[in-house]
Amino acid sequence: MIGRALLAGLAGALFGFGLVLSRMIDPRRVQGFLDLADWDPTLLLVIISAVSTTLLGYRLVLRRKRPLLDVRFHLPIATEIDGRLLLGAALFGIGWGLAGYCPGPALTGAAVGFVEPLVVFGALLAGSILFDLYRRFTD
Amino acid sequence: MQSINVIPPLVGGALVGVSAGGYWLTHGRIAGVSGLCASLLDPTDRARGVKAAFLAGLVLCGALIASMTPSAFANTTSVPVAAVIVAGVVVGYGSRLGNGCTSGHGVCGMARLSKRSIVATVLFTATGFLTVAALRAVGVLS
Repeated sequence: MIGRALLAGLAGALFGFGLVLSRMIDPRRVQGFLDLADWDPTLLLVIISAVSTTLLGYRLVLRRKRPLLDVRFHLPIATEIDGRLLLGAALFGIGWGLAGYCPGPALTGAAVGFVEPLVVFGALLAGSILFDLYRRFTD
Repeated sequence: MQSINVIPPLVGGALVGVSAGGYWLTHGRIAGVSGLCASLLDPTDRARGVKAAFLAGLVLCGALIASMTPSAFANTTSVPVAAVIVAGVVVGYGSRLGNGCTSGHGVCGMARLSKRSIVATVLFTATGFLTVAALRAVGVLS
């Protein structure tokens, strides 16, 4: 159990190191990528590098019957492209462009105590709770 | 187009990939930050401990780097704070509704060649471009 937590923590630390090193914690870089008027290619390089490394890792690992520390792989079950996915992604992009923060960098900066990411992460949690409340109300 | 040093984004992106691949190898789970955060709010999730440990690693690593090079976190956006709050709420709500964010859909889902994730990534990048163009049009972004 301790080993499982430690290895998950190590993966999280690598992830955080990657975000900081690649400058993705800088909202100006993110907005710069989304800005055709003065385009910053940093985020594109990060995504290409991250996706190709992950793709290779997934391919190698999927030859196994199960992960090292669990009885099975936890693949997302949804496969259909529905209205929820489209509306959710469209909204996400609006918020992402508006301030240049997505959840990973916002959490990283917030935990360190920087004001702007702290504000974003607090608002992000509020949005998530709002979603839960809405679901509970409509279901 | 801005000229940039290509090494940090390529190495940083590869580290994110090693993290996502490693978490898949050891735990068989998707390294998507919005999903991990959401599970902290969900008392019925039995894998909460592991997910919290991932997030704790992320946070501790950020803190360690910030203590050595605070300048890494120095930049802020130029939009007003009200817009920053709205942005956070919309990102939080949208990532739950669409089941993923930049890491879950953009990195892990694309690497799985998931149709849903590819559609989501294209769509949120498109609305991101439109939003920044709108910010430029109203003169908020300089």
